[in-house]
Amino acid sequence: MKIHEYQAKDLFASFSIPVPAGRVASTPREASEAAAALSGPVVVKAQIYAGGRGKAGGVKLVDSPASAQDAAERILNHPLVTHQTGPAGRVVHRVLVEEATDVKTEIYLGITIDRARRLPVIMASPAGGMEIEQIAKDSPEKIFKEWVSPEIGLRGFQSYRLAHKLGLSASETKQVAGVISNLYRLFVEKDCLLVEINPLVVDAHDRVIALDAKINFDDNGVFRHPEIEKLRDPSEENKLELQAKENNLNYIKLDGNVGCLVNGAGLAMATMDLIKLAGAAPANFLDVGGSANEEMIERGFSLLLSDPDVRAVFINIFGGILRCDILARGIVAAVKRLEVKVPVIVRLEGTNVEEGREILAQSGLEFLRARDLDEAATLIAEALRGEEK
Amino acid sequence: MSILVDEKTRVLVQGITGREGSFHTQQMLAYGTNVVAGVTPGKGGQSVHDVPVFDTVAEAVEKTEPNAAMIFVPPRFAAEAILEAAEGGIELVICLTEGIPVNDMVLVRRYLDIHGTKLIGPNTPGIISPGKAKLGLMAGYIHRQGRVGVMSRSGTLTYEAVNQLSQREIGQSTCVGIGGDPIIGLSFIDLLKMFEDDEQTDAVVLIGEIGGNAEEEAASYIAQKISKPVVSFIAGRTAPPGRRMGHAGAIVTGGTGTASAKIAALSEAGVTVVESPAQIGSAIESVI
Repeated sequence: MKIHEYQAKDLFASFSIPVPAGRVASTPREASEAAAALSGPVVVKAQIYAGGRGKAGGVKLVDSPASAQDAAERILNHPLVTHQTGPAGRVVHRVLVEEATDVKTEIYLGITIDRARRLPVIMASPAGGMEIEQIAKDSPEKIFKEWVSPEIGLRGFQSYRLAHKLGLSASETKQVAGVISNLYRLFVEKDCLLVEINPLVVDAHDRVIALDAKINFDDNGVFRHPEIEKLRDPSEENKLELQAKENNLNYIKLDGNVGCLVNGAGLAMATMDLIKLAGAAPANFLDVGGSANEEMIERGFSLLLSDPDVRAVFINIFGGILRCDILARGIVAAVKRLEVKVPVIVRLEGTNVEEGREILAQSGLEFLRARDLDEAATLIAEALRGEEK
Repeated sequence: MSILVDEKTRVLVQGITGREGSFHTQQMLAYGTNVVAGVTPGKGGQSVHDVPVFDTVAEAVEKTEPNAAMIFVPPRFAAEAILEAAEGGIELVICLTEGIPVNDMVLVRRYLDIHGTKLIGPNTPGIISPGKAKLGLMAGYIHRQGRVGVMSRSGTLTYEAVNQLSQREIGQSTCVGIGGDPIIGLSFIDLLKMFEDDEQTDAVVLIGEIGGNAEEEAASYIAQKISKPVVSFIAGRTAPPGRRMGHAGAIVTGGTGTASAKIAALSEAGVTVVESPAQIGSAIESVI
C-alpha cells in the first residue's frame, strides 16, 4: 500500500525525521494561503503516487503567494504524465506547498527487505537525487549497505558507520545517523516494505532534511495499523481493481484485449504469457483464488467483462480444491445473466472435470472448449481473428 | 526414496479444528498420510477425524512424537504457530498460510536457522511424495509415483506441470511448493541439493516466477553442482513492473526480478527453459 508524499512527511515528522515546513492544498487559493504562511520562496509539488514528478513538470519553485497560486492552478485537476503513470497520466487533486531548501548536498537513503539474505537492508549513497537503480548501474561502488539482525534491531554503531561512509562533516554525519535510526524504527513499527528518502539533503545551514518521502506498506501488515489504513486514497486506485478487492478477487488492469479468469496467481501469470505467445495481449490479471466458489466465479466474470477493452475471454482453471463442476455452474450463470457478446474460451482440468465439461456442453451456450493449453492458445488467436473480420 | 516426506513421516496439524485444517486433515488421511495429532489452543481432548487434539505443541510432541508440522493458522497467528513448532523440536514445518507480514517472517526465519528447523513456505500448497504421503492442499489423484522432482513458487501452476507429466505416464518422486512470499524457508537450492542426492530422482522441474532472485541463485548452483537435467518455466514475462502479481513475492521492482533475467541465467546454466507453460511435460519427456 502506498501513500502520498505529504502523508509520508507527516509520518516522518512523528518519527523525528526533519522535513521542510509545508502544507497541503487542494485549491489554488489554498496554495496561495499556504505560501503566505510560510517564509520565503516555496516549492509547489503535485501529489500523486507515481514517481518522476519533477521531470514531468509537477514540481515548481516559486517566490510569492501569487505565483504559488498560478503554479497550483496549472497543476491541480490536470493529468500529470510521468514515466510511471502510463500515457493517460494521473489527475492531480492536491499539491504540497513547502519552504524551499537551499541544498548543499544530496544523499540517497532507503530501507527494504533483502530477499536473498532475508534481512532488512539499509542503503545509503552520496549520489542522491538519482534513482537508486541508476546509481546501481552507473556507480555501484557509491552504494553503501548495512544489514539488520532482527533479534537485536539496528544498533547505533551501524547507523553511524553507514552515515560515516558518505563523506560528510562530523555534525552532518551525526544528524544523518539519527535519521537512519529513526527511519529504521518507522520501517519496523509500521510494517513497511520500502521507505526511501531521495534526496536527503544538507542545507546551507548544515541541517539535514528529508526533501522527499516515499513509503510502501506491507499489505499483509496493515491490519495492525488502522491509522495507516485511513491514509489510503481510493482516487489513486483503478475502479475495477478496488471493486475486485471488495470481492476478495485479485485483479490488475492491463493494456490488452483478452480478458482472463484463472485460479492461482502463478497459473494466472502463465496464462497471460500464453495469451501473449498466441499473438494477443491480456486485458487483465485475475486470480479468483484456489478455493473460489460459484458466486466468486460469477463476480470475477462480470468484473472482467465490465472492462470495455475485452474482445475475448479465456477461462483457465485447474481444479484442485475448487471443483470443475462448481466452476462450470458459475460460468454458465454469469454468461446467461450478462448476455456475453464476445467469444468465451474455456479450459478446465482437475477435480470433477468430466462433470464440469458436461455442464458447459448441456448449457445451450456457445463456449470454445480447449482440452489443453496448446489448444487454448490456438482458439484465442482464432477468436481474435474472427473479431477483426 | 523421495525427499523430506514419505510414509514414515508423522504429521502434526496446527489449527486442525478450523475449516481448512479439518477438511485437509481428512483429505490427507484419505491419501494415506500418517497424521498423528492436531493442536488448537482451548480444544485439547477433542478429536478431528479420529486424530487427537492437544492444546499445545509441547503436549502433542510428548504424546505422539510427530516429526513434521503443518500450519493451518490465520495470518496474524501463523508466525507464532511456526515458532511453537520449532521450539517444540519439530524438524520440518510446512506453513500453508498466505498473508503473513514480512517483518514477522524475518524474525521467524532467523529463529528457525538457529534451531536448524526446516520450513516449507509460507504461502505454499505443501509437499507430496506421490504414493507415500501428502502434506498439502494439492489434489492427490493428479500425481503419479515416479522419478521426476518438481519444485515451484506457485500452486495451480504446479498442478498444471504435474498433470502434464502424469498424462505422459511420467511419475514424480516429490513435488514441493516453496511458497510465494518474499521470505520463505527452503529455497530452490536447498531442494536441488536434496534431489541431486536422491537416487529415485532422475530430473527436476523448476517453476519460477518474477520477483526476487531465487531463480538466478538456483541457476548458478545448477551450473556448479547439479548433474541431473533440469527443465524450467518462468511465469510473468508479460507482467507489468511495479505491480504485485497475486503473490506477495511476485513483483518486478527497480529492474530486478524480471522474467527475462531469470530465463537468461537458467539457460546459461544449461537448463531447458520452455517458453510456454504447455511445454513443461514434453520438455521433461525429451530430457529423460
